[in-house]
Amino acid sequence: MRETAVATVADTNTGLESWLENFTEFTKTAVGQKLPWLKRLREDAFERFCEVGFPTTRDEDWRFTNVSAIARTSFRAAGAAELTAEEVAPYGAAGAAADLVFVNGRFARELSRVDGLPKGVTVASLRERIESHPAEVETHLGRYADTQRDPFVALNTAFIGDGAYVHMARGVVVDAPIYLLYLSTKEDTATMTHPRNLIVAEDESQVAVIEDYASVGGECIAFSNAVTELIAGESTVAQHYLIEREHLKAFNVSTLRIQQGRSANVASHSLLLGGGLVRNNVHPVLAGDGGECLINGLFLGTGRQHLDNYMHVEHAAPHCGSRQFYNGILDGHSHGVFHGRIVVHKIAQKTDAKQTNRNLLLSDDAQIDTKPQLEIYADDVKCTHGATIGQIEENALFYLQSRGISEVEARKLLLMAFAEECVERMQSNVARAHAQRLIGEHLLFTEGIAPQSGNLGRIVERVVEEVG
Amino acid sequence: MSLLEIKNLHVTVGGNEILKGIDLTVNAGEVHSIMGPNGSGKSTLAQVLARRDAYHVTEGSILFEGKDLLEMKPEEAACEGLFLAFQYPVEIPGIGNTYFLRSALNAQRKYRGEEEMDAMDFLPMFKEKLKLLEMDDKLMNRSLNEGFSGGEKKRNEILQMAVLEPKLAILDETDSGLDIDALRIVAEGVNSLRSPGRAMVVVTHYQRLLNYIVPDFVHVLVDGRIVRSGGKELALELEERGYSWTEHEPVGARA
Ligand SMILES: Nc1ncnc2c1ncn2[C@@H]1O[C@H](COP(=O)(O)OP(=O)(O)O)[C@@H](O)[C@H]1O
Ligand SMILES: [Mg+2]
Repeated sequence: MRETAVATVADTNTGLESWLENFTEFTKTAVGQKLPWLKRLREDAFERFCEVGFPTTRDEDWRFTNVSAIARTSFRAAGAAELTAEEVAPYGAAGAAADLVFVNGRFARELSRVDGLPKGVTVASLRERIESHPAEVETHLGRYADTQRDPFVALNTAFIGDGAYVHMARGVVVDAPIYLLYLSTKEDTATMTHPRNLIVAEDESQVAVIEDYASVGGECIAFSNAVTELIAGESTVAQHYLIEREHLKAFNVSTLRIQQGRSANVASHSLLLGGGLVRNNVHPVLAGDGGECLINGLFLGTGRQHLDNYMHVEHAAPHCGSRQFYNGILDGHSHGVFHGRIVVHKIAQKTDAKQTNRNLLLSDDAQIDTKPQLEIYADDVKCTHGATIGQIEENALFYLQSRGISEVEARKLLLMAFAEECVERMQSNVARAHAQRLIGEHLLFTEGIAPQSGNLGRIVERVVEEVG
Repeated sequence: MSLLEIKNLHVTVGGNEILKGIDLTVNAGEVHSIMGPNGSGKSTLAQVLARRDAYHVTEGSILFEGKDLLEMKPEEAACEGLFLAFQYPVEIPGIGNTYFLRSALNAQRKYRGEEEMDAMDFLPMFKEKLKLLEMDDKLMNRSLNEGFSGGEKKRNEILQMAVLEPKLAILDETDSGLDIDALRIVAEGVNSLRSPGRAMVVVTHYQRLLNYIVPDFVHVLVDGRIVRSGGKELALELEERGYSWTEHEPVGARA
């Protein structure tokens, strides 16, 4: 009966036909399709996706971001590809506790390193974990990410196949982050992946995870649609890092759904450098008393990039604090979006929610849409928000130049300093160093500060090492 | 050849003529003081010399060691050896003091074809200069001028000058807002840099600083014109009589 419903919708919407084909094809070989709960999770999600289709700009949540380029394209599941360790090496982050590499959405064991972790830490591919420990996965998978509200989450859930599974037993601490690298290779046709990550931190544990999305080889149309559920138990300390640095034809939609328990301290850090059309959803729910959430991000747009950050911070328990800080630097014809939605439920008295979005526009054609959206149903709360849009400050630029620093270098220093505000909030040294390196390399290619001399690379390295 | 030669300089800012024909010659080894009431154009002159482009030169010329200063970008003027201590130093969050100063020094050294200084060579020299200005190293770990008091900012300007060792230093009201101890420290810092090869233009509103930094020449700037020039005794006279008389009595001979 479910299938009939799907078929009916698909008939009336030609774009959905190819999705139906994809889904049918996928479920033939999908992991755990024999598990009734997983089969049902996928089917329900796919049905929901077929019901609503892709969002349009008439939808308030998508007002500033037009995804018709995704809706129009017929994607095929990305094929398997082999990469050598040498090919992958330049992408990594030095100093991680474990490295998991996914190539075109599939876990690449031979490129990964998951041994040597402390007892009580489980790091595996989700596919393997579904096969080996289905009940454990069932406890959490799909419990929090909302397929009803977001068609992209529905689509991802329909295509749950692989991703990372991280489980921290009660009280276990890992200092260095667990690094997840998602590489997509150059293909001849438009391809898609739906990485699905599940991070479960039991009470009093500590964990940090870096998700890093990158492309290998030349540009091609590739769609990464990732969902991560992060379940942070009582008194946990958890950090999540998202790095998007795919090439400029890539579509990247990612959703981080955080479920926080009592006194949990969670941070979400995002760094958007690459991708043509990017949507970064961060949705923490502070569900236990005294939780703290830091939502920190930096987006650097150039060319015709569209970088959309959609924050949805839900206060669902009293005495919780959330702090959002997003900085944007937009050059060329790029378009940035910061949508900061804060929902304070009736029960969430003594909420302290703060939101700051600061933007630098480096060109006349760059654009930023910044929108706070506060929905407050409790009466004893503190919510503040502020946004600024400006240019590089002429006074500061002149001051630096007046000491002999060239205009190009001075601009770069000021941009690095602006970016550094976000980098400094990253608690993990490994993540911070990785972010600094990527930002430094990225600024080298930003139009408004086009390199005029071969020395720029060196300057950037110095800046990366020493600023702050 | 003079170090600095300003001829008939006219400058407009936002459509208003602020400097209305300035002539000033500064030779190596000399200290000149420019005094004048608020709004007379002292900072405008200083900023034009540092090549701020918001200040529009409509007439006249400026030669720095015989080179056309008006053709230079701010960083080129700096690299040629010109330094401006700002009346209002800028706070720049996110850029460390020490890092900034070493970058600036190395940019200048590179321009002059000298080796860049690495941290090992830079730090001992830097520590010396910090001592000279009685500055706390802890300030240097902070962002550029961020959270500095007014006095700390002014001292930081002189510290930068001491590290960069310019040929011509223009101090724009470096004394304003300093208590007497800070004033003495700043003056000592400035005096330690006096040398036969180096000149200074000390812009000030008060005679006080000139007790410590004794000028060879004093110029009075009123409404965009130098209305009077003289020796150091002119400063004392200004202190006693104010500025208004200078506009009415005949201009004394250029010392
Ligand atoms: N950036 C500016 N824009 C507009 N007017 C300015 C600017 N800078 C200075 N002025 C004007 O130029 C005149 C001289 O100012 P300034 O050079 O700062 O004087 P001083 O330093 O002698 O007090 C004043 O009338 C001031 O208002
Ligand atoms: Mg002034």
